[in-house]
Amino acid sequence: MNMGKVFGRGIVLDNPIFVQALGMCPTLAVTNTAINGLGMGVATTAVLLGSNLVISLIRNVIPPKIRIPSFIVVIATFVTMVGMLMKAYTPELDQALGIFIPLIVVNCLILGRAESFASKNGAGASIVDGLGMGVGFTLALVVLGVVRELIGFGSVFGMAVMPEAFEPMSIMTMAPGAFLALGILMAIFNKMVYSKSKS
Amino acid sequence: MDQKLIVSSSPHIRDESSVQKVMSDVVIALLPATIGAVYFFRTRALILILIAVITAVMAEAVMQKLRKQPVTISDMSAVVTGLLIALNITAASAWWIPMIGSAFAIVVVKQLFGGLGKNFMNPALAARILLTLSWTGRMTEWITPGADAVSTATPLSFVKGQMMVPGNAPSLFDSFVGNIGGCMGETSALLLLLGGLYLIYRNVIAIRIPLIYIGTVAALTLIYSGFNFHYMAYHVVSGGLMIGAIFMATDYASSPVTSEGRIIFAFGCGLLTTVIRLFGGFNEGVGFSILLMNVATPLIERYTVPAIYGEVKKQHA
Repeated sequence: MNMGKVFGRGIVLDNPIFVQALGMCPTLAVTNTAINGLGMGVATTAVLLGSNLVISLIRNVIPPKIRIPSFIVVIATFVTMVGMLMKAYTPELDQALGIFIPLIVVNCLILGRAESFASKNGAGASIVDGLGMGVGFTLALVVLGVVRELIGFGSVFGMAVMPEAFEPMSIMTMAPGAFLALGILMAIFNKMVYSKSKS
Repeated sequence: MDQKLIVSSSPHIRDESSVQKVMSDVVIALLPATIGAVYFFRTRALILILIAVITAVMAEAVMQKLRKQPVTISDMSAVVTGLLIALNITAASAWWIPMIGSAFAIVVVKQLFGGLGKNFMNPALAARILLTLSWTGRMTEWITPGADAVSTATPLSFVKGQMMVPGNAPSLFDSFVGNIGGCMGETSALLLLLGGLYLIYRNVIAIRIPLIYIGTVAALTLIYSGFNFHYMAYHVVSGGLMIGAIFMATDYASSPVTSEGRIIFAFGCGLLTTVIRLFGGFNEGVGFSILLMNVATPLIERYTVPAIYGEVKKQHA
């Protein structure tokens, strides 16, 4: 198995957000600023790495009939750990992301990778897959967060970059703005990927 | 019989109507309200209207070039959208407000969804809601008609949370004629009604949607206020109800095609408008209710498909 391909697939061709449209709940809810998008992306990547590794290691002892509950138990364990770590070391980010940290348990990206990759491949490949998907997810969240923060607050990562006269378009910080930005970014991303894969 | 028998496929009955004709009729119907806006709010209204219309037409041309489609700005549909946006903002708006509104309406709501006839909601109204949610302060900065433009409140803000019209509110007559604060084209119910009658006379719109929409609002506010006719009339002539019911809820692309569906659609608009006005956080609910019913249109159409001629109901054993 080509590890580079497994890693790169998560970032471009199988990008969790722009191509697979997985994990829409955190994508739309917490990307009002770039830093929130980054925090959510990193937290999800950490959980994904842990769950992919453990599930690939125990994949041969899980009875097929109860594999979903088993996956969820593994995922929930890592989410709890990440949640506690964030509470201890990044309390501000934890406050900003709120309920969406525990909700990583039900992020279909993580369960999706467990089901379609980690339960069928070895530990090494599963870690690479988790890392690729996690980085792809994080990149997409940061791009979305940057666009929404720039238009909605006039800043990037909390630094004001727009001229004084700029009046922020507050709809971009609300749910409708998330849908608008995601739809347009998704269209641009797919246009770029497809025109490249054709040539 | 030396005349040839011409055999052709349907449709056999043709008339002269075209998108351009229909849209031109809508522009003509909007003229009274447009002239009224310029009369009440002077040059600032004229400039905003021009900015909105020019931006809409240019956005349409650019998007159609980008999408490699024939440029159809001469069909007037972009002019209508631009004009409706201008009439839906306050005369105190900054110059870039109608510009962003028109660009959003045409680029995102209309062209990205496939162009004329494929928009899933009314572009002008979507733009108005986008602007209101983004720059709430600027969009609700109402001014009085006339040259000296003093800031003021809209009639609807006086009746908000009231069971009757308070004594200090603008008079019903002023609201009807348009001598009040509000969006440029919304203020005068009289001029909008004139345009509506023209559209009905020209068969561009059917009377069903506006009548049921306004009727529902009238009936519900009448019941709510304990049969206070003054209160009811006040709700009917104020705010965006007239322009919404006549020019926006009747948009061909985003309202149901079935006649039963239109009844449900118009009733839903009226119900939501009244609920938002009486119990919601905003003074005005016309925009939100029409957009919500626009989104519900495919569902309404699915449940109101008329029976095919000769169709027999399926028998369930």
